[in-house]
Amino acid sequence: MNSAVSFFYFLSFLTVLSAVMVVVSRNPIHSVLYLILTFFTLSGHYILLNAQFLAAVNIIVYAGAIMVLFLFVIMFLNMKQDNEESKTNLTKVAATIVGGTLFVILFGAYRKSVIPELDPQQFDSQIGMIENLGHLLFRDYLLPFELVSILLLVAMVGAVMLGKREIGERHF
Amino acid sequence: MDLTEFLIKTATIFVVFVLTLVIAMYSTWGERKVAGFIQDRMGPNRAGPGGLLQPLADAGKMFFKEDFIPALANKWLFIAGPSLAMLTALLASAVIPFGSTFRINGHEVALQGVESNIGILYVFGVVALGVYGIMVGGWASNNKFSLLGAIRAASQNISYEVAMGLSLIAILMMSSSLSLGEIVAQQHGGNWNIFYQPLGFIIFITCSFAECNRVPFDLPECETELVGGYHTEYGSMKLGFYLFAEYINMFISSAIISVLYFGGYNYPGMDWVYTQLTQAFGTETGHNAATLIGTAVFFGKALFFIFFYMWVRWTIPRFRYDQLMNLGWKKLIPLAIFNIIITGAAVLFLKPMITAWLN
Repeated sequence: MNSAVSFFYFLSFLTVLSAVMVVVSRNPIHSVLYLILTFFTLSGHYILLNAQFLAAVNIIVYAGAIMVLFLFVIMFLNMKQDNEESKTNLTKVAATIVGGTLFVILFGAYRKSVIPELDPQQFDSQIGMIENLGHLLFRDYLLPFELVSILLLVAMVGAVMLGKREIGERHF
Repeated sequence: MDLTEFLIKTATIFVVFVLTLVIAMYSTWGERKVAGFIQDRMGPNRAGPGGLLQPLADAGKMFFKEDFIPALANKWLFIAGPSLAMLTALLASAVIPFGSTFRINGHEVALQGVESNIGILYVFGVVALGVYGIMVGGWASNNKFSLLGAIRAASQNISYEVAMGLSLIAILMMSSSLSLGEIVAQQHGGNWNIFYQPLGFIIFITCSFAECNRVPFDLPECETELVGGYHTEYGSMKLGFYLFAEYINMFISSAIISVLYFGGYNYPGMDWVYTQLTQAFGTETGHNAATLIGTAVFFGKALFFIFFYMWVRWTIPRFRYDQLMNLGWKKLIPLAIFNIIITGAAVLFLKPMITAWLN
């Protein structure tokens, strides 16, 4: 086993472990911190695939901005003691059914899926570099790219509208 | 990569690491001296000549104080806070080009930890992570004032990251590369980005003040409102690490400013110096000497910006929190977008015109 493969297995172990810890840990702050760790290990996978831009953007957007907001909200909610009344038997049964169904679907999809063979002749190791990504996005996929930016702009304007104070509304 | 190259790289990384720590250490001394000068007093002058041993005395004091963890604090996260702050502060220096290349036995090695094609994005990512040390520490203290300080720090950092990223985009449009080594190399020959991006520079330096939690944006530790801010409950070396991380961040951001806008290791007349040195000492020694001069120039620029941070700290009072948010969202972001549009128009239309006129 060469070093890249063993590193891949180590990284995968870490990813799965931290993802499980997100679900298992009782403290929501710990969950968020484990989720951040999961994003880091995912970025490690991107770097192993030589997709450095994706790795950096994953860190900046998810770990750097979105998870900060998650942490922010959870800190304000002050969820120190987990309230037991939300965990009735009905919720537990429903959660088990939903989780089991999801697992069955994923397993079925995994069983049907065909993993394409790697062709070493055609494989371009530089495909994930930022120059190639830019050429792809701004030449071949320009229209979808611009449409996505409009979608994001609409979402942003909507968020601002929701957060805006109505006329005559009190400040606090 | 063979052994010589590996050794030079290791030595570079080690020297950069030690230099970062030493500069951060002596920034605390420099800050007091600058404060003393601005307030017309002496500053530290007891420990050693001119108070030069003062940082060592401070470090000794920090180490020997009682390492105290509040009873109701979350113990592990309380320790993780300052550790994260130090970690993220030290990570960023990996991609900064401190000089051009060293030539030893025919090997040419760049004076840079890692030459990466996403250099500036890496720095930006590490800066984005810097807020976790403060947030985790502030929350783990189990203290309302600490929590408020941490929340302030988080919202301030997120807000100013947006404007910072937008001001960076203008630089990237001009250099069409994300690699810091490439950006510096393009500024060779007096082609410094500050001449093309004065507005972007002002936005960037304002945002880096906010990212480092320095005056006039030091609201996370605003003692008149929040006791001590996010590090209210901290003492001994854990507090020391928080304060130290702030000084390291100052050095890193000064280095980034000089790389992005002030040509890094480039200085006027460096080609003339280079030919003189290579003629006098031969291509190898002369080249290395020229590189060392460039590195010294780089550190000179970075130290000037550290001084600028201190100068501003003792000159300008602190903003109010709503003023801070208004400045970030309503002024800096539109200005940065305007700067991007101007830069795009200039790159598309003005640059071909000027090059056609010059030729």
